[in-house]
Amino acid sequence: MSMDDPALRHGIHELIAEYAECIDEDRLEAWPELFADPCRYLVTSRANHEAGLPQGIMYAASRGMLLDRVFSLRRANIFEPHRYRHVVGPIRIKSVEDGVAAVQSHFIAARIMHDGVMSLFATGRYLDRIDVAASPFRFRERIVVLDSDKIDTLLAIPL
Amino acid sequence: MSLSGISAESPVESTIAWPSNGISEVPFRLYTDPAQYQREQERLFRGPTWNYLCLAVEVANPGDYVATTVGETAVIVVRGADGAINAFVNRCAHRGNLLCLERNGSSKEFSCIYHGWTYDLTGQLTGVAFEHGVKRQGGMPPEFRKEEHRLLRLRTAELGGLVFGTFSDATPDLETYLGADVTRGLLRVMNRTPRLLGRSTQVMPNNWKLYFENVKDTYHASILHLFLTTFRINRLSMPGGIYINHEGGNHYSYAKLDYAAEDADYQAARLRADSEFRLQDNSVVESVDEYGDQISVQILTVFPGMVLQQVRNTIAVRVVRPRGVDKAELEWIHLGFDTDDDAMTERRLRQGNLIGAAGYISMEDGCVGGFVQRALHYNDDGAGLVMMGGHEAESQTFRASEAAIRGFWKHYRSLMGE
Repeated sequence: MSMDDPALRHGIHELIAEYAECIDEDRLEAWPELFADPCRYLVTSRANHEAGLPQGIMYAASRGMLLDRVFSLRRANIFEPHRYRHVVGPIRIKSVEDGVAAVQSHFIAARIMHDGVMSLFATGRYLDRIDVAASPFRFRERIVVLDSDKIDTLLAIPL
Repeated sequence: MSLSGISAESPVESTIAWPSNGISEVPFRLYTDPAQYQREQERLFRGPTWNYLCLAVEVANPGDYVATTVGETAVIVVRGADGAINAFVNRCAHRGNLLCLERNGSSKEFSCIYHGWTYDLTGQLTGVAFEHGVKRQGGMPPEFRKEEHRLLRLRTAELGGLVFGTFSDATPDLETYLGADVTRGLLRVMNRTPRLLGRSTQVMPNNWKLYFENVKDTYHASILHLFLTTFRINRLSMPGGIYINHEGGNHYSYAKLDYAAEDADYQAARLRADSEFRLQDNSVVESVDEYGDQISVQILTVFPGMVLQQVRNTIAVRVVRPRGVDKAELEWIHLGFDTDDDAMTERRLRQGNLIGAAGYISMEDGCVGGFVQRALHYNDDGAGLVMMGGHEAESQTFRASEAAIRGFWKHYRSLMGE
């Protein structure tokens, strides 16, 4: 599949848009289905990423770990109700090799608390490796590189 | 000498009334009063206490430096040419400018960007731009001596690969300060050369003390943090205990785990039908008894702002840094060791989901202090109760206790002169 193939571009854009919608519209149970299994999901900071340090803030290596994250949010963890609004910027396909596309995009995420207080919560890059050999496309790897290494209060909902 | 500028004593005494001479009733105003906050900076963080500075491996070679803060005071930590670790206030002796603007790096000297004054790795002033003027006009007066000026110095000490600093000459040596029990607890965890795995900072909307008390609070763990009970993990806990040092501010609590029984329990759980109440992927809690003593949780604090944790196979230093009366930063410094193989590193990373800003058993600690702070805002009359397990701050063989919080207030009242 060529990088210029409209079907490839369309499938990648759909996956990335669906990811943000799942989170922002509180359809978190559908979020793990966007990943292959096994997979790699990591939220980290630019500082850790550039220093080659492996530990970030949130990590999953399987669809099961993603499901557990959602179950825990729904049933176990206590925090003030809130939502995000993701705005995902230019999506660039860097390469396609052996059915895996390397894709980079940018995002900003606002956090809206249940009482209406709104703030800029996070900005960063998505570094994706996407399975494009079969449809629908799935994330084999999504590294969320946050521009800042400071998190306000807590990170409950995935970014 | 230009050593003045950071006073050890505040002339303003506290007007906050304690309900008794004891340590089991704590005035709420201590979390909201700006003057109290300033006194804490002087008497605790710049007083006779040891504060975490960095890992020794971060300043492995001469010239390697880290810029950090002790309380709110900016500090540089640097390995000197003689191999000693030096620390000094990050403030040029000339006009008080921040000398070092990078978080870390390596340098032969420190040079101020403002007027080019330079300092060697011990903090001694070595160069003044245009010291003798330009074409013999201007320049420093004849009585000025560079050797009489240096950066305000901290004493440093190293234990278990962790570097500490203190502003006060009155601080006892580090191991005496920690006490024998807490020293033993620190060296138990830091028994190999640490390797930095990553770091992040949580910004908390509350007074720094609310977090430090939370860490010492062994009472709340199974009540606020529901992850382990929801997923039926760790029901096989064996007894633990709490050690508190004489002054009260340093402690460690621990709990043991029957690792083999837990593993058997996981195997049995796989067969159960109620799959929604078990983890889909157990690797977030699958741990090994890496210390060979069955202790699965050890939480250790060093007054006033450092935490060393072992939660299963996650090892982390946490540093609490006050940032105003109702704001604090919590830095998480995640560690492995030089002996770790790839499987051990992966184990630590997966269990890393338990801790930090997104931690299954820690995220609530990031918001609960803010809830308290909000309740106290304009409503800070009265005092909180810290009476679980009695009124004293003694070591205990059970964990449903607030003894370590009382220990914090014992040390606090002593140093604050309250």
